Amino acid sequence: MFGIAVDGVAYGMILFIISVGLSVTLGLMRVVNLAHGAFAMVGGYVASYAAQTLGLPYAAALVVAVALTVLATLPLETLLYRRIYGHANELSQVLLTIGLTFVIVACVNYLFGPTLKRIPLPDALLGTVSLGPKAIPTHRAFVIGMGAVTLLGLWWLLERTDFGIRLRAAVDDPAMAAALGIRTERLYMATFALGTGLAALGGVLGAELLPLEPYYAIRYIVLFLAVVAVGGAGSIFGSAAAALALGVTDTAGKYLIPNFGEFFFYAALILILFRWPHGFFKGRTA
Amino acid sequence: MTAAATDRAKTDKTAAPAAAPARRPRDLGWLGVPVTAAAGLAAFWLFPEDLGLLTRILATALYVLSLDLVLGYCGIATLGQAAMFGTGAYAAGIAAVHWIGDPLALLAVGGLAGGLIALLTGALILHARGLTLLMLTIAVTQIVQEVANKARDWTGGSDGLSGIDPAPLLGLFRFDMFGRTSYLFALAVLLAGLLVARRIVRSPFGLACRGVKEDPLRISAIGGSPKAYLVAMYAVAGVFAGVAGALTAVTSGIVGLDSASFSWSAEALVMLVLGGTGRLYGAVLGTVSFMGVHHILAASDPFHWMLFIGLFLMGVVLFLPGGILSGIERLGGLFRAKGGKA
Repeated sequence: MFGIAVDGVAYGMILFIISVGLSVTLGLMRVVNLAHGAFAMVGGYVASYAAQTLGLPYAAALVVAVALTVLATLPLETLLYRRIYGHANELSQVLLTIGLTFVIVACVNYLFGPTLKRIPLPDALLGTVSLGPKAIPTHRAFVIGMGAVTLLGLWWLLERTDFGIRLRAAVDDPAMAAALGIRTERLYMATFALGTGLAALGGVLGAELLPLEPYYAIRYIVLFLAVVAVGGAGSIFGSAAAALALGVTDTAGKYLIPNFGEFFFYAALILILFRWPHGFFKGRTA
Repeated sequence: MTAAATDRAKTDKTAAPAAAPARRPRDLGWLGVPVTAAAGLAAFWLFPEDLGLLTRILATALYVLSLDLVLGYCGIATLGQAAMFGTGAYAAGIAAVHWIGDPLALLAVGGLAGGLIALLTGALILHARGLTLLMLTIAVTQIVQEVANKARDWTGGSDGLSGIDPAPLLGLFRFDMFGRTSYLFALAVLLAGLLVARRIVRSPFGLACRGVKEDPLRISAIGGSPKAYLVAMYAVAGVFAGVAGALTAVTSGIVGLDSASFSWSAEALVMLVLGGTGRLYGAVLGTVSFMGVHHILAASDPFHWMLFIGLFLMGVVLFLPGGILSGIERLGGLFRAKGGKA
């Protein structure tokens, strides 16, 4: 039982780290980014290459993966995404980002091959940590810790810094924010970088739970979207609550009622969205 | 649609004001059915080896057509059309295995099942918009797929449903092993579907749906209920998708879990947008070009295909928002403009 809870929370934290990036970009730019899973996958592949082929230590591979993914996707923001911001373009957003996902999947397959990739864990993350009478795997504890750090860091960034104030202003009313001298274009770029950085981080950390293969980008995007839809676009704590609930129920469902887990998950999703179309946890924060 | 129509009207006026009404491409809409029929028959003679693939393309075109009714004429962005297709396919498949053999009755069963599920889920989810609606349509598809996966006794689960052996068509034409009957049957069903769809979108009901797409507020101001129109059209499209699913089941003899999958929904969207939304024939053109190129490219490496279709899709969204048909129309407009000057 305890093991299920730990696995569930760790899984939920991974979902949170990836989905909150999607949630932030969706909340600010109103773009349904189906390529978000592809960005997470790119991060994972870069880390795997850095760790396995170049022999970098885990921490360095993590940093390199996040930095490279952000650098690689920033031009996409200027070239592609900027044309499809806004509410009216859902269909173009869906299609453009599906197209982008296909291209990334094909490129990743060309560069890295179709086999499953692993990111070797350092010895420090291989053992177990004892918590009173129980022991949990260090990697799970590390993931949960990183999730908590991300949650607090984002909260601090959005609620307590100048950047956060501008961001929230731009979410509430982009035209007014621009009129007040906030450079919304730069803000969009920074937010997009933040979103892809979080995706890459989640992709690396979660490589043990969401295995890296070229169809990763398509396989898991529905999960990430579900988290955002239930959590409410742009709400950090909503995403966290939704991701944790989803992670725990999904894991518990797999262990306890293996036959109908997914069925209940989607039925619950329909009921929640039927009652709260803007997300269960639609908060006031960006 | 309206913007394109006004554009066209403008080019017509500048080009040849006197002949404008007769030249409007709109009036050529009736040509679509004979052209499709002729092309279909030509393909029958030209590619006798590939009738299996061609039959699949025809059934898929009907499925994409159903999405066009929803997306092109109601403006509902959905990623869940495969729910209706899969329901229709499984309903027809199960009926064929257990009870009935008549192919036309099987199509009716599929259409009924697709329409029913669309009516039920549509009434439940169509109040939503944007990402919420996308998620709801995805969730419906996943539930259908999960039910099909779990009800192994009926559907065969992940092995797929096989053993569908329909009786001869109209009691006269057997489904032969070369797929000739299948192909001609599918072609006839697609043509009938096109005619019915054309009638529907030109009816007052179809116009009202287009009104909802353009301005729901005004529709409610003049006394209509936008949601009722949307649900009705969603159900109609569900019937089309269900018939398409049943057609696939009857002609191919098997139904797999992927007929109710997220990616099958997404592929329908891609095909429709390649061809052009809100035009009916865009669905046919998009399906033929998508599946044709897929057949050629994916034979060597499926990832080449993904690269190609991904780039193509991005190009269409960025440079040709109306799809292939609008590109053709724009070219036509250019030529006409030149002709007018000369």
